[in-house]
Amino acid sequence: MNAYLLSLLVFSPLLGIVMVALMPKNEERTIKQFGFFGTLPPLFLSFFLCSQYYSGMALSSFSMKVDWIRFGNLEMYDPKLFTVNFELGLDGLSLIFLLLTTIISSLAALASIYIKQGWKGYYLLFLILEIGMLGVFTAENLILFFIFFEMTLIPAFFLIGRWGSLEREKASYHFLIYNGIGSAILLVAILILFARTGTTNIAALTQMMTMGGVSLFAPISGSMKYGLCLAFLIAFAIKLPVFPFHSWMVRVHAEAPPAIVMIHAGVLLKIGAYGIIRFGMGIFPEQYKSLAFVIVLMGVISFLYGALLAMVQTDFKLVLAYSSISHMGIVMMGLGALNEAGLQGAIFQVISHGLIAAMLFFLVGALSERTGTVLLPRLGGLARSMPIFSGFMLACGLASLGLPGMSGFISEFMVFLGLFKSQPLLAAIGVIGLVLTAVYILRAIMQMTFGKNDSLVEKEKRDLKSWEFVPVWVLLGLIISIGVYPNLLGGPLQGTIEAMMLALGGR
Amino acid sequence: MDWNTMLSYDWGAMMPEFIILGTTMALSILDLFWPVHFNRRKLAWLALTGIILAGLSLVSLFSFETVSILSDTFRLDSFAKAFKLLLLIGAGLIILLAEGYEPKEGLREHRGEFYYLFLTALLGAMIMSSSGDLITLFVGLELLSLSSYILVGIRKRDRIANEASMKYVINGGISTAITLFGMSYLYGVTGSVNLGEMSRTMAGMTDGQLQYIMGLAFFMVFVGLSFKIAAAPFHMWAPDVYEGAPTPVAAFLSVISKMAGFVILLRIFLSLFLTAPGDAFGALDFLEKNDGYIASMAGLTIIIGNVVALRQQNLKRLFAYSSIAHAGYLLVAVATLGGGYFLVDTIWYYLLAYVLMNIGVFAVIQLLSSHSGSDDIGMLAGLGRKSPFLAVAFTIYILSLAGIPGTTGFIGKLNIFLGTFITQPGHFVLAGIMIAGTIVSYVYYFGLLVQVFFRPVHSDKVLKIRSGVSAVLIICAIGTVLLGVVPNIAFDFIHEQFGDFTDFISSK
Repeated sequence: MNAYLLSLLVFSPLLGIVMVALMPKNEERTIKQFGFFGTLPPLFLSFFLCSQYYSGMALSSFSMKVDWIRFGNLEMYDPKLFTVNFELGLDGLSLIFLLLTTIISSLAALASIYIKQGWKGYYLLFLILEIGMLGVFTAENLILFFIFFEMTLIPAFFLIGRWGSLEREKASYHFLIYNGIGSAILLVAILILFARTGTTNIAALTQMMTMGGVSLFAPISGSMKYGLCLAFLIAFAIKLPVFPFHSWMVRVHAEAPPAIVMIHAGVLLKIGAYGIIRFGMGIFPEQYKSLAFVIVLMGVISFLYGALLAMVQTDFKLVLAYSSISHMGIVMMGLGALNEAGLQGAIFQVISHGLIAAMLFFLVGALSERTGTVLLPRLGGLARSMPIFSGFMLACGLASLGLPGMSGFISEFMVFLGLFKSQPLLAAIGVIGLVLTAVYILRAIMQMTFGKNDSLVEKEKRDLKSWEFVPVWVLLGLIISIGVYPNLLGGPLQGTIEAMMLALGGR
Repeated sequence: MDWNTMLSYDWGAMMPEFIILGTTMALSILDLFWPVHFNRRKLAWLALTGIILAGLSLVSLFSFETVSILSDTFRLDSFAKAFKLLLLIGAGLIILLAEGYEPKEGLREHRGEFYYLFLTALLGAMIMSSSGDLITLFVGLELLSLSSYILVGIRKRDRIANEASMKYVINGGISTAITLFGMSYLYGVTGSVNLGEMSRTMAGMTDGQLQYIMGLAFFMVFVGLSFKIAAAPFHMWAPDVYEGAPTPVAAFLSVISKMAGFVILLRIFLSLFLTAPGDAFGALDFLEKNDGYIASMAGLTIIIGNVVALRQQNLKRLFAYSSIAHAGYLLVAVATLGGGYFLVDTIWYYLLAYVLMNIGVFAVIQLLSSHSGSDDIGMLAGLGRKSPFLAVAFTIYILSLAGIPGTTGFIGKLNIFLGTFITQPGHFVLAGIMIAGTIVSYVYYFGLLVQVFFRPVHSDKVLKIRSGVSAVLIICAIGTVLLGVVPNIAFDFIHEQFGDFTDFISSK
């Protein structure tokens, strides 16, 4: 049973897909319900997995492996050569990401109630997207990872291009081309590894690259290892995105429907961080170490650049978009710190930003549903007409700028703790960003909640409706509980982080 | 050669060809004697039956060892079996397409000819795939070419079709002449037309002067055949011809004819040039030494095909350029020799994928262009609203052509990449061009999907899909997804049936 639990989890949205597909396309209400219910099986299964883990079960017992593809016919050398198995597995890191995915997917499905037309296609694509995301975090080999990775790309392209706002097609093209380039680089790196070693299993590759191993055909030279490490880094830096690969993401955040941005900022961007940890750091520790300065530098630039640009935006969505870039800079800084605190902080930041961004974009969706605009100069005085909404908005903003007691604080604290140890100068420069963050977030939220103009909100559609409390409470609850009790994440992550540190040479 | 020797041959090896030939003759006689008012459309089912029977007889031949008859001019080895199977699958699908083809000006009086010319072209391709010497190769090539010249111009009252046919005849004639010229050098140097004998002679050829002449011959044959597979810079005819030809014929040219081009290319190159020494010391194989030519042509083909496709407004022209680009991807496999491990089966798999996805696309084009009367990209607009079934099928083909995971196109490209990376120093430039080409292709492929899903519908006319065409659509869509998700079905099949193509590679 355990062996099939993961594949059941990954493909469980199929149930929802079938149900939605069978509905006639005008049944708005039923389709929306089925679409939401479709995200529940993976949610429950991931909770079940989590409870199993906390009751002492080893995560490795959930791995599964089925023979899948064998390329070429090299049986005379080794029957295992050039095989790609269908293998899924879990460790602490992927468990955390899996939970993030299932929670945010369900909440985003709930937030998709704001979608005005084409519900059937929307929910079909949405659920396919969820399968892709779940697969990415559980794939045990690179080809499988790539397949799921691309599986998130195509539905997202359509979701942005069909259901987004005015400039949606341009945004979806930008999304497709930038991410296409990213995944092409990724694919080349994966295939060079595959062609030269004959395997794509992550564990096997990690061992081969770190301990050394036999290569049957042409060996991977030292400089090629640098190239491959760099390729992985660039591919995932585009996904993450950090400066200078960020321009597509601003468009997507501004144009995509808010529910999709919840997914996008909450989970899809995180694939970049996950990939860097798993492949950059995991498979090429030596090379990664020597690139650490560049990584931190990119992180610092992103952090400051994003914050500076966020300060001058007048569109609240763009403020959030640049804020995401800035926050992803923190992740890069943590990843480049090369010590336990930094890595832990980076992962914390990934999760925390996932939750915070999802919540902010949910609120943005709710707001634009009511007012039709998110332009800061046109908004104001929301605290009077929508007090509850404004309260949540403020809470979420405070989490985002890293108020102690919220998840954002823990992650920033850890990242800088780690970074000051290894790169004090860059860390000192980076700290300026924390001030800027506080400035732009407070500026934007103050403008919205206490500004002058409050004519936009119609009286009868004022504050949050009952169902809208579900996502905000859940997300805020998680944000605060991580902030108050960080070991919630720290526990499962411990094993992974220790393994990474061992590969990087201690500390 | 007396009667007894004739009888002693194992004619069973030629069974599929005989069946196609018989069907062709039956069709032409029926067409001749059937009264004018009978609908010739029904002949399609007869043609299809012939193809299916030929396919079955081919499958029954799989268990045979390599057979070589007619003094080694006709070989039934694993290579021939594998590619004939593909040819028959593709031909069967295209016949179904042709059955549902209804151009504006009608095809009534020529429909009979259409089917049996189609079968003769197929016969030519089949003969090419199992020929053991240059003469049979050439006969097959000409049979294929001549039939397709007529097929392209079969709508004789259509101005564009006339132009296309004319261009095709002239270009094709030149290319055949060049191929023949190259072959004559090969004959002159080796003194034989039998591929096996030639390769034995060439294997011992270390004289630099002779090698120079061989190089010339290689170059000529390659140039001539690149016309056939529409590789740049000899691709100019393709867009015009595809545009003018009836849609099933365009599908035929882009799938069967291209496949036949690769078959003959591989036959000649692998049997002659792979073992021949490339220099006086015999340190390098001929093909290894000269793969730079193929590689640069492959790169050029990918670039030109994909970049020019960006600006096409006519669907048939767009897919002509897309088809050129795919020829480039396949040439990458030829140029890198699949790293020595991923050659014949890589090309076989890619062609299989290509048959499924491209015929599917042409089925959609045929349906829509007869529906709307134009070939403009705009005719796809709102397809997602109008016919979700068609839109989903089309999306599957396009994703596969773009090489998105979960489809055959992805696995096919993966195979090619493995071949380019496996050796030291690895053909990184070529792989880079291929990747860049793929990214560029996203722009126009997804542009089509944008039309399908994001644009409003122009007309509310209901689309009528004939059962044959919908069968093609379904088979292609299911095949594309199935072989993309569990590609081992195809891989196991070829490995079990044909091994490593050892009897073909080591037959010299």
